[in-house]
Amino acid sequence: METKRIVFVGVGGQGNLLVTRLLGEACLAAGIPAVVSEIHGMAQRGGIVESALVMGARSPIVSRGEADILIGFEPSETLRALNKCNENTVVITNIHPLPPFTVAIGQGVYPDIEEALDLIKNSVRSLIVLDGNELAAKAGNPLSLNMVMLGALVGSKIIPLDEDTLKETIATSTRQEFLESNLRAFDFGVAAAGKG
Amino acid sequence: MLLILSTGKNMHKLLIDSPGKEMFVLGNEAIARGAIEAGIGVATCYPGTPSSEIPDTFFATYQEGGFYFEYSTNEKVALEVAAGAAISGVRSMCTMKHVGMNVAADSLMTLAYLGVTAGMVIVNADDPSLFSSQNEQDNRYYARLSGLPLLEPTTAQEMKDMAVAAFGLSEQLRLPVILRTTTRLNHLRGVVRFGTIQPIKSKGFFKKDPFHYVAIPAVSRNLHKILIEKNDQALELSENSEHNQIIGEGKWGIVTNGVSMNYVQDAIDDLGIGDKVTILRLGFSYPMPENLIGRFLTGVEKVLVVEELEPLMEHDIRSLAQSKGIGIPINGKGDGLFPRLYEFDPGLVRKTIASYFKVPDTSPKAVDVAGIPDLPGRPPNLCAGCPHRAMYYAIKKVYGPDAIYPSDIGCYTLGLLPPLSMADIVICMGASVGSSCGIAKATDQKVVSFIGDSTFFHAGIPGLINAVHNNHRFTLVILDNGTTAMTGHQPHPGVDTTPMGVDTKQISIESVVRGCGVEHVQVVNPLQVKKSIEAAQASEEFDGISVIVSQEFCPLFARVVKKAKKIRPFYVNQDKCKQRRDCIDLLACPGMYLADGRTMIDENLCIGCTVCAQVCPENAILPLKK
Repeated sequence: METKRIVFVGVGGQGNLLVTRLLGEACLAAGIPAVVSEIHGMAQRGGIVESALVMGARSPIVSRGEADILIGFEPSETLRALNKCNENTVVITNIHPLPPFTVAIGQGVYPDIEEALDLIKNSVRSLIVLDGNELAAKAGNPLSLNMVMLGALVGSKIIPLDEDTLKETIATSTRQEFLESNLRAFDFGVAAAGKG
Repeated sequence: MLLILSTGKNMHKLLIDSPGKEMFVLGNEAIARGAIEAGIGVATCYPGTPSSEIPDTFFATYQEGGFYFEYSTNEKVALEVAAGAAISGVRSMCTMKHVGMNVAADSLMTLAYLGVTAGMVIVNADDPSLFSSQNEQDNRYYARLSGLPLLEPTTAQEMKDMAVAAFGLSEQLRLPVILRTTTRLNHLRGVVRFGTIQPIKSKGFFKKDPFHYVAIPAVSRNLHKILIEKNDQALELSENSEHNQIIGEGKWGIVTNGVSMNYVQDAIDDLGIGDKVTILRLGFSYPMPENLIGRFLTGVEKVLVVEELEPLMEHDIRSLAQSKGIGIPINGKGDGLFPRLYEFDPGLVRKTIASYFKVPDTSPKAVDVAGIPDLPGRPPNLCAGCPHRAMYYAIKKVYGPDAIYPSDIGCYTLGLLPPLSMADIVICMGASVGSSCGIAKATDQKVVSFIGDSTFFHAGIPGLINAVHNNHRFTLVILDNGTTAMTGHQPHPGVDTTPMGVDTKQISIESVVRGCGVEHVQVVNPLQVKKSIEAAQASEEFDGISVIVSQEFCPLFARVVKKAKKIRPFYVNQDKCKQRRDCIDLLACPGMYLADGRTMIDENLCIGCTVCAQVCPENAILPLKK
């Protein structure tokens, strides 16, 4: 099958590891060979969390310039991970900022995200922008941002997995008490990607 | 969170005995599953990234699975416990990160002489690129140093399969076997097809044989000879191992191991050179299969060795080629094609293979990021409400920025970052205490060292006894947050494990400190700022070794286990705030931020620890009304 290299970036607590795992389980259910890589440990103390899922190849990580899809849960982290992209990459990003603490103590300036995204829009294949936090809140659970982003990935129709397979995986592999809001958030993500 | 014991209702997924079932699991879970399939009776560890999810999986399954598991005090003890079991006829596994092997090395070297009767597997997790470690040493050297066989898996499936096979190999050779992984393998997820779970043998019998098991010189002279004979046997097994393979028939040779095997195979596919290449893949990589390597070398024109970290296979293969009179080029790190630093990635391996064999590199070109504005850093940070931050504040208030602050291995090492700047030297587990003795002796500078609770039990106690016995003068702060926080909240000897459903005896740090002979001991809650400052002052005035035990739960851990009290976040009263910003400049709690020049608290992050409210000179920080 055609290789698809998908990179997820976010900030500790945003839940990108969970959706990377869910996507992997959905691949197993759909008979698609896939391997996932995660970062654990020091990176979780408020730092950057990066994960990757590669379909149709063996290497679990994605090199500079080699992502087919980049999914950013936080806009400045999307920008930081742009070196993973090439001219054929599809970038899906949340627009809701989460400034790092270095900004509060004057060690850095949070960039103007819209301006920066405008700059890169033409150097990648496509750029899908959504307010994932707003959609998660609308779904009834602010922590379901990760489901919104997963929905956006599926809704962009660039991976060989459909909504139903993912929903089934969400139903079997996430906590029952959050199932309804998770599925709602997923649907909002799918719809947002369709519009974007 | 991992520390949830499985209940009878739903069997833990890794205990299900349905051969052929496929599951998408973490590499570390695959290793634990392999041990379970092999019917281990005893599992031990000291946790450490990237190995921690192996013992955490054991912790989640051992009661239901019917085997014994412990978080041991340190790696040396963990190895000895596992060795005692395996010598008594019970299969055991001992897991640790690479630097843990240094701690266990004293036992390891002579255990290799003694050997085992039941299978014993030592899982060693290296950390190329230092994702969460103080160095990136290559522990394949330990196999060569100790004479123990070395297995190196490449996929999630192999992590499971090799764990099972390692037990058989260990019993065949009557030697412990090292299963070596790297971070990318520990933390990959892939499909694993389960095998059958063998019955557990949980009780053995220690058969007395002092002239084999008591390593006095007269015995060990003979044992060393036996070890070398076993190495010859191991070489035979390595020659015929299914984990050592020659793949392909091309004239371009590539030798590889571990995770790099994936990068090599992908590169060959990407470059479309499958018919031109022969891969020698070494999964049973020590002893190196000399005949197999010889066969490989005679079939190729040139060889590229693709291995992370040190050029071990490269040197061994070059020396083997010399002894066989083979003169083809064998290249790798010695020629600067690959770095000795950091982990590899698929792009690096593809690019190097393309240039070595002179084929066009098909790698895509990264987008130009020149137009992207400078991004603010996002380093890992002590959490909002972390008690370590509060203790750092109190100590710095008294001792100032010029005192020397030796630190140790744990979350609190993050105190290194400004504005806290509370770590001046970190070497390894326990070294805070020992190095403090030397700095205090060799200088007239004030020394306050920091060590975590788990690290204190692990390797801090001998240093403290040394400090007392030899009259060293410094203050030691033991940051007791009731858990091994950095590696994922594992218990340690100072933890009451009853809430986790585990019956262990809790050991008081204060009693240990007093038992070591320390006369000036203070126990404080770091969230009480005034009292903590007073304790710091008392320690400064004391002439000798003074210990402060700083006791408050890790808030992340408390949330899971202790059913923490309702959180009442704080806010900044903007009428009272005069923008002194002590809260931001001195505490640097990530729960605070600036908006339009005003100091604010993010009520979603604030856990109501009250430390900033105690620090604020204007009393402008107040609890939010419900």
